Amino acid sequence: MHLKISHTTVYDYSEPVPYALQQLRLRPKSRAQQNVLSWKVEIEGGKLQASFEDEHANSVDLISFDPGVRQIRVVSVGEVEVRDTGGVVGRHTGFVPLWLFQRHTPLTRPGKGVRDLVAALDHTLAGLDALHALSRSIAEAVPYSTEQTSAELSAEDAIAAGHGVCQDHAHIFISAARLMGTPARYVSGYLMMNDRIAQTASHAWAEAHVEGLGWVGFDVSNGISPDARYVRVATGLDYLGAAPISGMRFGKGAENMLVKLHVEQQ
Amino acid sequence: MTEAPKYFDEMFWPDGTARVPYAEYSDWFGTEDVRRLKRKSAQAEALFRLTGITFNVYGAEEAGERLIPFDLVPRIITAQEWTILSRGIDQRVRAINSFLHDIYHRQEIVRAGRLPAEMIAQNAAFLPQMIGVAPPGNIYTHIVGTDLVRTGENEFFVLEDNARTPSGVSYMLENRETMLHMFPELFSKVKVRGVSQYPRSLRRALSASVPPKCEGPPTVAVLTPGIYNSAYYEHAFLADQMGVELVEGHDLRVVDGRVAMRTTQGYKAIDVLYRRVDDEFLDPMTFSPDSMLGVPGIMDVYRAGAITIANAPGTGIADDKAIYSYMPDIVEFYTGEQAILKNVPTHRCSEPDALAYVLDNLADLVVKEVHGSGGYGMLVGPAASKKELAAFRAKLMAAPENYIAQPTLALSTVPILTNAGLAPRHVDLRPFALASPGGVEIIPGGLTRVALKKGSLVVNSSQGGGTKDTWVLED
Repeated sequence: MHLKISHTTVYDYSEPVPYALQQLRLRPKSRAQQNVLSWKVEIEGGKLQASFEDEHANSVDLISFDPGVRQIRVVSVGEVEVRDTGGVVGRHTGFVPLWLFQRHTPLTRPGKGVRDLVAALDHTLAGLDALHALSRSIAEAVPYSTEQTSAELSAEDAIAAGHGVCQDHAHIFISAARLMGTPARYVSGYLMMNDRIAQTASHAWAEAHVEGLGWVGFDVSNGISPDARYVRVATGLDYLGAAPISGMRFGKGAENMLVKLHVEQQ
Repeated sequence: MTEAPKYFDEMFWPDGTARVPYAEYSDWFGTEDVRRLKRKSAQAEALFRLTGITFNVYGAEEAGERLIPFDLVPRIITAQEWTILSRGIDQRVRAINSFLHDIYHRQEIVRAGRLPAEMIAQNAAFLPQMIGVAPPGNIYTHIVGTDLVRTGENEFFVLEDNARTPSGVSYMLENRETMLHMFPELFSKVKVRGVSQYPRSLRRALSASVPPKCEGPPTVAVLTPGIYNSAYYEHAFLADQMGVELVEGHDLRVVDGRVAMRTTQGYKAIDVLYRRVDDEFLDPMTFSPDSMLGVPGIMDVYRAGAITIANAPGTGIADDKAIYSYMPDIVEFYTGEQAILKNVPTHRCSEPDALAYVLDNLADLVVKEVHGSGGYGMLVGPAASKKELAAFRAKLMAAPENYIAQPTLALSTVPILTNAGLAPRHVDLRPFALASPGGVEIIPGGLTRVALKKGSLVVNSSQGGGTKDTWVLED
């Protein structure tokens, strides 16, 4: 599937910003299931300072704000050819040892909620079957809702809230998978939706490392493994490690963020 | 018949005659009036106060700044002894840098079954953000302070590899300066190798480690957490001696893809940053987000190859006390040679057999926290009361993986000057090594720490230790 993506993030500030930096994880890479045909990231109100590949092989750009700006606009556009691999991303590559993906982070640390969820699973299932069962039970216990949960909610908090967005689903899945001894990671990316082009937020799902298959994606919110409509952009141990934009800002004043996202099939 | 002495006295034979390395010094000392020397000693202290070489002791709030006592009897090492020590340190520093590169890349040592993966996985000093990062020349630790102890004529052991942020080099330099000032005649009698080149060597080693994006002569700076840090004096001293800027996090920002410092002529890019800020506080965007001491974005610039951070983040994985017990394997694995310097036999309390042994022999052992430093949280079995032993036993059983245990070493002694004349006290030695892509340089000398309390084996300055000038004799 040939997808065209345009992702604009605009930050408005109530007062001029003297100094700020942002880390962007916005550039997808070509891999077995996706071929990036073209991609560019443009910044208005800021400047590219450094680019590098992080430990998860994500392309990271560090940008600085022009001194005194009140608005910064980050535009990420490109085209990607995706093929359906049934959610299988493949063999683990790179230097990060698999055990790192079994390490809990503050956002994925399991508590009673995650433990109960795992305990209630059918323990005769193993491998892929167990992970699909996990995905289903998360979707039942924590139904998808666009009602905004607060950003950076932990897996436990999301279970307590009783509903969640894709980010919450991914965190719960990762937390539970790690509890079950399975290496798991967070994926941030895009999903082409069949009924619309304009979207209000980018997508997120989880990947688990399955013996024999390697990394396999699970989109709890949609109850499937990623297919040709999914573009992987960045991975990390949790949202914080894969977030499209994170940063730090000096100075006072309020921030307002607006996302404009178009994902369409060519 | 006299009983063999329990401890090796580096200056005197058991019959009271001076050993060869101390012969000339001893002759000189014999002609000196002890009262004059004591007056000199008081002068030395006044001199230290004047230059401001003080040390903030944790847990001693009433004495915000306290002087580390200086003893004017030098610790003397022969050229032959030094040859072996420096070869051993050189080998170890090379092995540590290879180990760090491996740990942050393929982890061959784990794949080869020579180091359990848990040693890395469960180690807080391991920084995932360093995975795949190869600094210039693959030098991760540029400045190393290897703690050595001696138990006999030819018996030296490595006690600790300080590979993250070794401190104390300013004492090595100031102690020598003071001795030269007080006893110039002594240095014409005894040929001692110089240490004053250290700042130049440090600057050279740092400058040789420039990142690929450096253009023109390298700009070096020292990053300090600020005046409240216990080693602030040393940070300021080293910057001054090297002739480079001393900066704090708030002086730096990311400009034109580089980490730059504010100067009167605008921002100036830094090529090599000798940082004395711990990993955790180095970059709030990558590590602890609350840190006010670090430089936001420095890790990104570093990973983009536009600055060298010395020592590299994540080097602490190599000087952890649990990893220490694997050092003989680490040296062999990366250099293909047997370790020249011996390790102290170490029991890892995480291993059930070792724990059982340690619990059975607690009164004879020294038990240390795996991640501790400065002599805090450690048990010296032979010196501990029954109550202290019982309390420590409980701590040990509650979290055995946090501890390692070692036999109590019969640390050698060197005399100090007391009111009653010379009296033996236990010492250790921290020589300083500088690694750069060009090789390893070891400064002939180091910091000799001395336990001033009679019988004490704890030499840490934070626990009442003092220092001595360390002489390496010329060949």
